[in-house]
Amino acid sequence: MTRRLLSRLANPQLLALLGVLLINWLLFPNFFRITWQDGRLFGSLIDVLNRGAPVAILAIGMVGVIATKGVDLSVGAVMAMAGAVAATLVVAGYPAPVAVAAALAVGLACGLWNGFLVAVLDIQPIVATLVLMVAGRGIAQLITEGFIVTFTDPVLIFIGTGSFLGFPMAAVIALALLVLVTLLVRKTALGLFIEAVGVNRAAASLAGIRSRMLLLYVYGQSGVCAAIAGIIVAGDIRGADANNAGLWLELDAILAVVIGGTSLLGGRFSVPLAVLGALIIQAMNTGILVSGFPPEFNLIVKAALIFLVLIIQSPLASRIMPTRMPVREASK
Amino acid sequence: MSRSLRPLVATAVIFAIAYALAVMQFPSMFSTRVLGNFLTDNAFLGITAVGMTFVIISGGIDLSVGAVIGFTGVLVAVLIAWAGWHPLAAFALALAVAASFGAGMGLAVHYLQVPAFIVTLAGMFLARGGASVITQDSVPVNHEFYDWISDLIIRLPGGGRLSFIGLLMVAVFIIGALVAHRTRFGSYVYALGGNPVSASLMGVPVARTTVGVYMVSSTLAALAGIVFSLYTSAGYPLAAVGVELDAISAVVIGGTLLTGGYGFVLGTFIGVMLLGLVQTYIIFDGSLSSWWTKIVIGALLFLFIVLQRLIFAASTQGEKAS
Repeated sequence: MTRRLLSRLANPQLLALLGVLLINWLLFPNFFRITWQDGRLFGSLIDVLNRGAPVAILAIGMVGVIATKGVDLSVGAVMAMAGAVAATLVVAGYPAPVAVAAALAVGLACGLWNGFLVAVLDIQPIVATLVLMVAGRGIAQLITEGFIVTFTDPVLIFIGTGSFLGFPMAAVIALALLVLVTLLVRKTALGLFIEAVGVNRAAASLAGIRSRMLLLYVYGQSGVCAAIAGIIVAGDIRGADANNAGLWLELDAILAVVIGGTSLLGGRFSVPLAVLGALIIQAMNTGILVSGFPPEFNLIVKAALIFLVLIIQSPLASRIMPTRMPVREASK
Repeated sequence: MSRSLRPLVATAVIFAIAYALAVMQFPSMFSTRVLGNFLTDNAFLGITAVGMTFVIISGGIDLSVGAVIGFTGVLVAVLIAWAGWHPLAAFALALAVAASFGAGMGLAVHYLQVPAFIVTLAGMFLARGGASVITQDSVPVNHEFYDWISDLIIRLPGGGRLSFIGLLMVAVFIIGALVAHRTRFGSYVYALGGNPVSASLMGVPVARTTVGVYMVSSTLAALAGIVFSLYTSAGYPLAAVGVELDAISAVVIGGTLLTGGYGFVLGTFIGVMLLGLVQTYIIFDGSLSSWWTKIVIGALLFLFIVLQRLIFAASTQGEKAS
């Protein structure tokens, strides 16, 4: 049992995270120092958790979509829309729970729209979600009428910047979602169905899986996750910025999922590893910032990381180094 | 009429109707001045979209083009303004850099066998990051060559002007259409997008074609970056953010199928013009805010995707079980 647990812990993602943290520590000796102040924890590590939470939440939604051989490009725009809805409603005098519920409903509606295009109209996921990626930000600006809507609602601000047992609220929400979604896909047959649809949708349908409902579900889940991330980001800056909220975060989320070992060809996924992927990205971001390098290096490091993961994942590498996980031949 | 030309005709008809409606509301939109500006203002987008058309017909996608435009603009500006190079030498170097960049992405797409969008996503990060590392500021370019180019104008009756960069875009479209429909490389690209396995069995050099397609896309993106630099007389690392989305939209609206194997370079031209029309209309109207552009482009994208589905669902019924 312990050996199984150990071999599970010794996965490349965790080692990579530890490696990045170690490099951060070498560059910035105070990296691991955590202090207790005003009833909450402070320190670079906590910062990684806090800043990494929105991408981690997006990645939790994105995992299911990518596992079905899809991709959701609209999550950044959905974040902006959800933030805009929540902010506009609290400014208009509605109580915070109503605003949050409305924002989540908008996220769900966006996700179901994407799912409808993919599952019912049979449109390729990249294109289907591109529609909302282009139009969504425009709609968000329509909601905020082009302004950055600022608010002082304590509940929304607490969601973005509050703390629970000393940990930042955003990280706590991400952890709760992680546990919820992992239980949902691994303790029920849902995960298996998702993988089946990802491997071969036609075969899965013939085997009796209702693939349309399943696709609607994964895109809906991605939309809701994006809405949650949007509310957190809006609460964090105490305002809804339709132009910049969640800008390019869809790419970070996809990157996190890919680092987490989920196959872009569908059929193999892991929610916890995707969250770990998000933390690796954020640890690199924070490391580059605290060690005084210009933040532009971030993009280059990210690009190098993508290529590294792709080379490791590629059929070419698996031919050279046989791994314990069987890699399906790319069907392209 | 050939059945396969239907999407192209549909796009052209929709453009004609949209333009007619716009002219009915604002008669001054029907002038050589507006038409000339159409070409000039959308020159960089059009040139990018030609490369994107090739990539999409081959069954891939290139998310890095906007970043390549930004990188080229910065590289050219820095070489001219700081290093004192002649613009033509700077242009040549920028095109060569972009061509090898595209070749690298093509090699990765082919040999790593991963979806193109993730490879070109890495390319986008790399090019955008590279541009920001060179400089974070906008670098102005003051060179007599730039003034000379911007004075190269054909005046039309009615106050319109055909600029050099507008004509360059038209030339790129014509060459692109000839390459796509009249050369061996063009047929390879279509074959590859139709079905890579049967293409390779038929003897299409898949590796060479894939690399070639991404080289074409990156080189044209660099050309677009040069045009953008001529247009704005400056290089800025964050220039042309999101142009990849506009280019993809223009290609889709132009009737090219995103699954690959089917499409028209000239359709992309109409797609670019339609995007330009939306923008011009919103400027003419004055009361509509700029974010309507995004919503309308999204709606158009949706309309054309559904249209394609309907046309192709009729012809390939039963091929896909769901």
